Amino acid sequence: MSKTIKKANKKTTRKTIISFRNIHKSYQTGPITYEALKGVSFDIVQGEFVAITGPSGSGKSTMMNIIGALDLATSGEYYLRERLIDAYDDDELSEIRNRDIGFIFQSFNLLARTSVLKNVERPMMYGKVPKAAREAKALECLDLVGLKDKANNMSNHISGGQIQRVAIARSLVMNPAILLADEPTGNLDTKTAHEIMGFFKELNKQGHTIILITHEDDIAAFASRVIKVKDGLIESDK
Amino acid sequence: MEFIELFILAINALRTNVVRTVLTMLGVIIGIASVIIIMSLGSGATQSIVGEISSFGANILTVQAGRNVRGPGGGGGSTVDTLVEDDVKALALLPNITSVAGLVSTNKQITYDGTAVQSSISGVEETYAQIHELSLSQGSFISESQVATRSKVVVLGDQLVEDIFGVDAQVVGESVRIDGKSFRIIGVITDSSSALAPLSTVQKVILSQNYFNSIEVLVDDSELVTSAETAVSDTLLLRHEINNVNDADFSIRSAQEMIDSISSVTGTLSAMLAGIAAISLLVGGIGIMNIMLVTVTERTREIGLLKAIGAKQRDILWQFLIEAVVVTLMGGLIGLSLGVLVTFVATKFLSIPFVVSLSSILLAIGVSTGVGIVFGYYPAKKAAALQPIDALRYE
Repeated sequence: MSKTIKKANKKTTRKTIISFRNIHKSYQTGPITYEALKGVSFDIVQGEFVAITGPSGSGKSTMMNIIGALDLATSGEYYLRERLIDAYDDDELSEIRNRDIGFIFQSFNLLARTSVLKNVERPMMYGKVPKAAREAKALECLDLVGLKDKANNMSNHISGGQIQRVAIARSLVMNPAILLADEPTGNLDTKTAHEIMGFFKELNKQGHTIILITHEDDIAAFASRVIKVKDGLIESDK
Repeated sequence: MEFIELFILAINALRTNVVRTVLTMLGVIIGIASVIIIMSLGSGATQSIVGEISSFGANILTVQAGRNVRGPGGGGGSTVDTLVEDDVKALALLPNITSVAGLVSTNKQITYDGTAVQSSISGVEETYAQIHELSLSQGSFISESQVATRSKVVVLGDQLVEDIFGVDAQVVGESVRIDGKSFRIIGVITDSSSALAPLSTVQKVILSQNYFNSIEVLVDDSELVTSAETAVSDTLLLRHEINNVNDADFSIRSAQEMIDSISSVTGTLSAMLAGIAAISLLVGGIGIMNIMLVTVTERTREIGLLKAIGAKQRDILWQFLIEAVVVTLMGGLIGLSLGVLVTFVATKFLSIPFVVSLSSILLAIGVSTGVGIVFGYYPAKKAAALQPIDALRYE
């Protein structure tokens, strides 16, 4: 992962990490069926920095939920690291989320009244990482986002930008294949937002695959590939 | 995840809302405290009663005339004439027997100067006072010669003296009429409301009978009471020519039997009261379930986040279950301390022994943990079953 990637948007011989094959997703609300995704196909390879954009209701959040194994497609095939996701049960999906995906949400990212360090350690608790190794790894990741000195602060005693950086640190502790960020800058001012995006850019340079869900064009501009979604279909992919 | 980590998580979660946690615990605290108080006071009271029974005659066997006549006064009016002087003599020859004495008892009116009181009157031998450890507040007890000569003398219980003569009356030397005959008072015994007269006097002069209502056998050592009971029973069955012990025309009571029956009565009573206290535990448990359901709803987003970062169903289940158990266990420990404290104070006032058994402590811990598991399971299961996407979307 430490290799420098020069042209992340070019599909080279690198491994395909995510593969959507004609993914449909519909929700049933009473008698009404709402189709959020109407047959979406794309591949994401290792080391890419992809932004999925679109207006609200376009289906981008549904896409992010399926990519993150938080939800399953109604039809179509989703391969994560060449494994068909639909075949897994609830606990196996938890394991996949734990090992393969690092989540950064827009809000409610951290456990309240829990120290920054404990928040970052939490995925390792579920991932059966030996207790002795956890703290060192967590501190290493906090160092990466420049918050090592805040390790013992309570999560509700740090700023919004710091919360997102802690979330990034947490997403890294299990060395996942993808970082999946859902509107990570949605609650931040422009300056802080750009600072956070700088972190993602840096992580991408270090080899991390990043998928970013956003509706803001200036945030999407940080990515090297932008998939635009509209009305449950891909409008453009460049 | 390790148990200790879950425990720490639970403590942290509960610390965030101390007031609610304490209120939730209250049901368990009250429930456990009442169970402890009832059980401890019950066993304290039993111990005190048993101690009292043991102190007067742990080594006395009472042979009552008649079949299976049990309970206090059961043989009082007995007209069964099977226990006779020869039985007494035969029993006296048995090993490990200190003394054997026949006893008759009846109910008669005692009159003095126009005052009439109905009282039980027992005909006893001179050894009776010693066997029953009676203490005299006035005069002396019946003597051997008075028994031999059918003297018309009587020893009255202090309650009886109070009823007839009034408080603190000096009555030795006075005469009362029993069944129309004049009896001279020779002594007063404490803590009693009955009258005692020489055996021969009551038997021949008052009742005109040759048999006894009961025979008291004093055994050398309380350890030997059980074997003596068998020997007494066998001897009497043989003498009365009865083959089957179930057809016996007498029944034998020992202090141990009385202790057993009292223990069983107090035991049943305690169990009943503890049952009522257990209902408050049930109510407490329902309260905990209710609060845990609220907690799960409140923390839906947290559950979603935990599932997103890799928590499995059982991780969530354990987290909430342990939280419920920590609440009930802490409630149980507080209830236990409160119960012990109240019991301690109560025993001081009631002057009964302070007994807190290990079993009641273990019961308190066990029951409170059990309440947590039983009533925490459903909310925890509900939390565990939440789909991550639904939990994350929850507003």
